[in-house]
Amino acid sequence: MSTINITIDNKSVQVEKGTTILKAAQKVGIHIPTLCYMHLEDLNIEHKPAGCRICVVEVAGRRNLAPACATECTEGMVINTHSLRVLNARKTVMELILSDHPTDCLVCAKSGNCDLQAMAHQLGIRKIHYQGEQSTYREDTSPAIIRDMDKCIMCRRCETMCNDFQTVGVLSAVNRGFMAVVAPAFEQNLDHSPCTYCGQCVAVCPTGALTEVDHTNQLIRTLADPTKTVIVQTAPAVRAALGEEFGLPAGTLVTGKLVAALRQLGFDYVFDTDWAADLTIMEEGTELLDRLTRYLNGDKSVTLPILTSCCPAWVKFFEHQFPDLIDVPSTARSPQQMFGSIAKTYFAQMLGIDRKNLVVVSIMPCLAKKYECTRPEFSVDGNPDVDFSISTRELANLIKQSNIDFLSLPDEDFDDPLGESSGAGVIFGTTGGVIEAAVRTAYEIYSNKPLPRIDFHELRGLDGIRHATIDFNGLPLNIGIAHGLGNARKLLEEVRAGKSQYHAIEIMACPGGCIGGGGQPLHHGDSSIIKARQKAIYLEDSNKPIRKSHENPYIQKVYHEFLGKPMSEKAHHLLHTIYFDRSKKQFVVSHE
Amino acid sequence: MSTVKIELKPHQVEQIKQICKEFNNDPGELINVLHKVQHTFGYLPAEVQEVVASELNIPVAKVYGVVTFYSFFTMLPKGQYPISVCMGTACYVRGAEKVVEEFKNILKIKIGETTPDGKFSLSCLRCVGACGLAPVVMIGDKTYGRVAPESIKEILQEFQ
Repeated sequence: MSTINITIDNKSVQVEKGTTILKAAQKVGIHIPTLCYMHLEDLNIEHKPAGCRICVVEVAGRRNLAPACATECTEGMVINTHSLRVLNARKTVMELILSDHPTDCLVCAKSGNCDLQAMAHQLGIRKIHYQGEQSTYREDTSPAIIRDMDKCIMCRRCETMCNDFQTVGVLSAVNRGFMAVVAPAFEQNLDHSPCTYCGQCVAVCPTGALTEVDHTNQLIRTLADPTKTVIVQTAPAVRAALGEEFGLPAGTLVTGKLVAALRQLGFDYVFDTDWAADLTIMEEGTELLDRLTRYLNGDKSVTLPILTSCCPAWVKFFEHQFPDLIDVPSTARSPQQMFGSIAKTYFAQMLGIDRKNLVVVSIMPCLAKKYECTRPEFSVDGNPDVDFSISTRELANLIKQSNIDFLSLPDEDFDDPLGESSGAGVIFGTTGGVIEAAVRTAYEIYSNKPLPRIDFHELRGLDGIRHATIDFNGLPLNIGIAHGLGNARKLLEEVRAGKSQYHAIEIMACPGGCIGGGGQPLHHGDSSIIKARQKAIYLEDSNKPIRKSHENPYIQKVYHEFLGKPMSEKAHHLLHTIYFDRSKKQFVVSHE
Repeated sequence: MSTVKIELKPHQVEQIKQICKEFNNDPGELINVLHKVQHTFGYLPAEVQEVVASELNIPVAKVYGVVTFYSFFTMLPKGQYPISVCMGTACYVRGAEKVVEEFKNILKIKIGETTPDGKFSLSCLRCVGACGLAPVVMIGDKTYGRVAPESIKEILQEFQ
């Protein structure tokens, strides 16, 4: 690769050919402000539409200002990133953006966490000199995501996530000029589109245009209701990220403080979704072995590979996009739903209360979980197994609202019987974790021998698609892993074409798995945060005394006392599910 | 953009597929495909866009995005006699706006709409290249120059 020499703000820089002005400036510690630009380096996502023009710089000899994010350096280029002309242009651009943006920051869900607000502050905007008509659009509320397009600045990051990374293809810019808006086809609402509610659009939205449906107030009311027993389950990825909302560095584990905070908030029992993750492994692992054994014995009715089914966004994705393959994924419900199902039967019986008086709340790194608990098949006589789900971000806000000094909380332990988990349950929070947990258990059941090792480093990492072959006591088991639905699509297309080489595939919709979920603290484009969370998850696993799901005594207990054995009739009824073909067009037309 | 709901007949679906095939089902040819499909059907209802999207293997949201971006594409059926009023600079300064208003009054439709009997639809376009005749109106393939609001009733009568 040839190098070129340029000058930025009087500093000489040598960069590789093809480097943008933005990246070259970063090399010498000059951080040109950006707004629409997004680079998630570890995930190979670079979004540089040069649409907002905040990053403009002056290039000597060039007539107009150049967008730094999308302009490549050329030999001898002389760049000024903060000349009078640049600063004036940047402010004007910002004021023009703000002239078509509501100024209700005080009551906006994104306030304090908004890239637009931060940029207005950074540029020292004190007055908006341009007044005129503002574009307005109807608000769209779905089970998980709210679209308030009045706050959209057309950065189109959401489109990149939805189309390029997830290949879901729900969001597109429609209409033109002043009327332009990012919307689903035919401007239907999200709940009439193939949206998976993965929430990656929300995770990257720089403003309050895309936000989660907030259940905080519902939770506050529920906790204050003396007739209800309120229990909580918390997903593995939450403990690896919640601390960020309280100023701790990314990757700080706050499991003990999380439990203490939930107890202070007034939950009657603080449980762990990781326990249900162990339960998922018992069911999914058994199903894998059952399918595998039948397949190896020549049973032609068996389909392989088996696909994991923990991720509700992924489930909705294949229901819309691969309806011909709905018999391929495992029928095991997700840990959230297994937890709800067991809580409202086994645990409600244990307490001697009616399921209607037991409220199950989940804390999830995810927005699709909000949708998942509304799926009708996960309720009994109209009473949902999981009543509602709140995100990591919502929990952080609630802790702050409740005057809890999170950082000085003592470390506390989860309650029994649905709070004890193995390290295998913990790693469900990261890409590669579910399949590693499954391998730890399935290996021992299949071979009747103890695992020679517990850590399967070949299954770990952040590459979008990974594969490994694990020696299953003489049987080479081919495993595929994908995170991000675009990567999942590639593996699914192989399955559809009958060319898949895998026995089992793990899929998670979000970058990095649940640690990069749509309900997590915002990473603001810094993908090293996701890496740090992943490290924390594996650390939590290695610190656990029990690291295999089938060795969890409370899992053994629930089978002994209640379920019988994995894939028993009762387990089928409570812990497995069916999928639906959602590919049928369901658009509603004819609106103004 | 408002739309109408229709049900495509199998031979119509075949027609759309055939057009996509002519362009090798190449997503890069989306605009050309839409052009030809609109020429065949007169307009691009949602159902037609669904077929195009699935043939070109792109999200229907993208197709809708393109259809709504270009004013040439329409999701509403045009009338038997589509009326286009030129709103280019020359026509505009010579009173095209008043001409449009008069069409709206007489036909009782807005720009982009079609009369209930399906006879006339009304749209505006930018410069037909006959600025010397401003203001210019096209009805079907017929061009009218120096159109005065008072003469519109008479012009429309030609199509009764």
